[in-house]
Amino acid sequence: MSSSVSSEATWVPRKRRGAELVLTVMAVGLAIFAYCAVGLGAEGRVPAGVVGLSVTLIAVAVAANLLIRRFAPYADPVLLPLVLCLNGLGLAMIYRIDLGYEERRDSWASLAPNQLMWTALGLVAFAIVLLVIRDHRRLQTLTYSFGLAAVVLLILPLVPGIGENIRGARIWISLGPFSFQPGEAAKICLAIFFAGYLAEKREALALAGRRVIGIDLPRGRDLGPIIAAWLVSIGVLVLQRDLGSSLLFFGLFVVLLFIATERPGWIFVGGLLFVLGAWFGYLQFGHVRARFDVWLHPFDNPDQNFQVISALYGLAHGGLLGRGWGQGSPEITPFGYSDFIAASMGEELGLTGLMAILLIYGLIVERGLRISLTCRDAFGKLLAAGLAISLALQVFVVIGGVTRLIPLTGLTTPFLSQGGSSIVMNWAIIAILLRISDQTRRPAPAVQTVGEDEATQVVKL
Amino acid sequence: MNTPIRRLAVACLVLFVALMGNATYVQYVQAGDLNAKSNNKRVIDDEYARERGAILVGGEPVAESVPSDDQFEFLRTYPNGPLYAHLTGFFSYTYGRSAIEDTENPLLSGSDNRLFVNRVVDLIANKQPKGGSVELTIDGAGQQTAAAALAALPPGTKGSVVALDPTTGAVLTMVSQPSYDPNALASHDFPAVNQAWQTLNDDPANPLLNRATQEIQPPGSTFKLVTASAALETLDLNPGSVVQGGSELAFPGIEYTLPNSGGGNCGGDQITLERALNVSCNVSFGSLATQIGQGALDEQAAKFGFGDRVIESIASNASRFTTEGTELELPQLAQTGIGQYEVAATPLQMAMVAAGIANDGVVMQPYVVQTVRDPSLRVLDDAGDGEEYSTALTPDHATMMQQMMISTVQSGTASSARINGVEVGGKTGTAQRGNGLPNLAWFASFATSGDQQVAVAVMVESAEATDDISGGRLAGPIARSVMEALLAP
Repeated sequence: MSSSVSSEATWVPRKRRGAELVLTVMAVGLAIFAYCAVGLGAEGRVPAGVVGLSVTLIAVAVAANLLIRRFAPYADPVLLPLVLCLNGLGLAMIYRIDLGYEERRDSWASLAPNQLMWTALGLVAFAIVLLVIRDHRRLQTLTYSFGLAAVVLLILPLVPGIGENIRGARIWISLGPFSFQPGEAAKICLAIFFAGYLAEKREALALAGRRVIGIDLPRGRDLGPIIAAWLVSIGVLVLQRDLGSSLLFFGLFVVLLFIATERPGWIFVGGLLFVLGAWFGYLQFGHVRARFDVWLHPFDNPDQNFQVISALYGLAHGGLLGRGWGQGSPEITPFGYSDFIAASMGEELGLTGLMAILLIYGLIVERGLRISLTCRDAFGKLLAAGLAISLALQVFVVIGGVTRLIPLTGLTTPFLSQGGSSIVMNWAIIAILLRISDQTRRPAPAVQTVGEDEATQVVKL
Repeated sequence: MNTPIRRLAVACLVLFVALMGNATYVQYVQAGDLNAKSNNKRVIDDEYARERGAILVGGEPVAESVPSDDQFEFLRTYPNGPLYAHLTGFFSYTYGRSAIEDTENPLLSGSDNRLFVNRVVDLIANKQPKGGSVELTIDGAGQQTAAAALAALPPGTKGSVVALDPTTGAVLTMVSQPSYDPNALASHDFPAVNQAWQTLNDDPANPLLNRATQEIQPPGSTFKLVTASAALETLDLNPGSVVQGGSELAFPGIEYTLPNSGGGNCGGDQITLERALNVSCNVSFGSLATQIGQGALDEQAAKFGFGDRVIESIASNASRFTTEGTELELPQLAQTGIGQYEVAATPLQMAMVAAGIANDGVVMQPYVVQTVRDPSLRVLDDAGDGEEYSTALTPDHATMMQQMMISTVQSGTASSARINGVEVGGKTGTAQRGNGLPNLAWFASFATSGDQQVAVAVMVESAEATDDISGGRLAGPIARSVMEALLAP
């Protein structure tokens, strides 16, 4: 024990900020390359203003690196390049679909400049989170405030006047010229709330309770908030008709419950409740049933299921190596720039490109879970794991839906999809993860010699 | 708390592996099936961006892709549109493809497996892959003559001419009137294409229909060739055998009698089989049919191709002897023997009957694609000398049939097809359709000149119902001009 303590004290993690800078520039370079390739592929020329854009992007990337050097020097060096890469590829694809629409339609309001602006705002959010939250444990003191904020954010779209019903789902609010999906922000608030709540209650949940048919059930009073979370998910499903978010919130909660209590029974209970909820949804809601039908038999009704079929055709047309940037027809698929951007990527970059994108997501999740594993406090562990796993779930649900692995549910593809709220909030998530990892990898403060009495107070790591 | 996190990490790995596996399934395993779906606009767009191979007749393109400066790189054009429309078919962005454009699409579009090496070379050279070309068996002169002959008939007349090479089965001429211009459907002006499509589909004359292979009609007396063949094969008759003549055929216990067309008596109550064919005697062939029996007559018809879609690369319908499962009563069997009742045939089918007789009883499988070549003109496939379809007659019986058909041209009802210096055999037909529809004029014939041989079938459907329709007068001269054109050195 004593030897390991002494070695820990002398071990200083490498910051690897230089490596991060190299990777960041590579990621931005890839995005710029993609942007040029789109222009060359679709119009036969390099897009105008590529030099200015490149300089700006590289400057922003370097600025982000400097920011991390200064404010989170020990943070994970791989996350930022991975995310920048995805964001850049997403931008290139949105620009590509803009070009496709301009060719086919008379009027089309370009989405790429807007997305670029939102990306900039996302980086601003990233910087603000890093600057404001200097220690993630501060967030734990606001556990219930975040819980309340999450509920408010989820209810906002239902408020008459500001809530908007778009494509059958009531998940938007509009303030003046801006539309915003508060669900994205609610996701972070809920993750913080769940992490804070469970970090506090985990012993009670894990230890107090009865054992019923081999499963340890907690006391009713501890169970209350869990039932509440489940009801919130069902509420989201029923009132907002947002299957994807409902599934995501519930999955997030069950997973964190499992981590906090270390009791696999929760996965079982969660699974059971999920099946019940899904069954209830299938019986009660036409749109849930419709999603199942589309999933199972898309070709029965080619006109109605045009979007899913078109995505499949796009993926098939892409094949192994893809059509190449600007040379496919991703604009045929409705919302090929947002919900279905994965299919657009698969069409133009092929199976190879789609695999690479999935791998990048996998790496982000892996880095998040690694941060969670090495984190020293329960709250940080739960928060990092929650954010990483919610990203994994979201990617699985949306890309699985687009490629017809599971029924389609409306969720954004993190960092790729067009959509302001999604970009900004996901950048904020990355900032939180970096903050936790900075805290985790930072060398422990010099240990002061302690007396014999204190030595018995073992702190659980 | 690390154990559950590790377990969940494995769960996340499983999720990602599932996504990757599924992507592989869709983009690799299932991709071929998805790309082959007919409503897949991407594949169609792709085909529009490539230089599609030409369809050739005698080395000249009848369908080719020319560079286009609109939203697509190439425009499909048909230099002699209506003349070859039913063979080439159309290549439309909105309405898909038909005929050769459809059946040879993989080759024309360049996606055929036989063009794999070309595609790899094009990929390396960063060129758009090109399609291969298809050479048809059609003889341009015969095709033009047939179309001109049909066009010379009174306005509104519908009809079809099919000429085969009896020795190979190669289709030398295939014309269907009215025709349409495939250029109008291949245009990139989509509203105009919609308009053209609407007009074509609303036209009661149905110009999109290939009458040569798709429309089955009662063949009338040309079917007597089948009945005569069956009589030789199953009743062991010869052209000199005496058969029943007279003015009408009576059936025991039934009031109905089968008369001759025009009310004649065929030249006596007892006539030879040859005489019966020469004058197209209904009584004789009605009586023969009842002697042959439904089964044997059906079998003989099937040997010539009835009941089978005899050609593959263009849209076709099978000719029929009877509708499925009909048990013919004697009078019906007699009517069937003279090509009425439920018998219905395409002009291609009747050309096959004539060709089978001319080719000493061996019926060849009709085909329209002679050679397919890759973009560098290397031959990928050649139909060669064709394939045997069936043996309908023994050589002896075939020679007897040829003799009887030749005498029908020389001294019988088919004299309008006579050509100086050429051995022509033929059989006329005038089919009644009832319901106030005008009669159909038919002609099935063959001609031999030196080592050249052709078989021609003509079907003419007048616009107006008059009694003045007969195969000999209306269809015979068309057959003659087509045979002359095809046999011209």
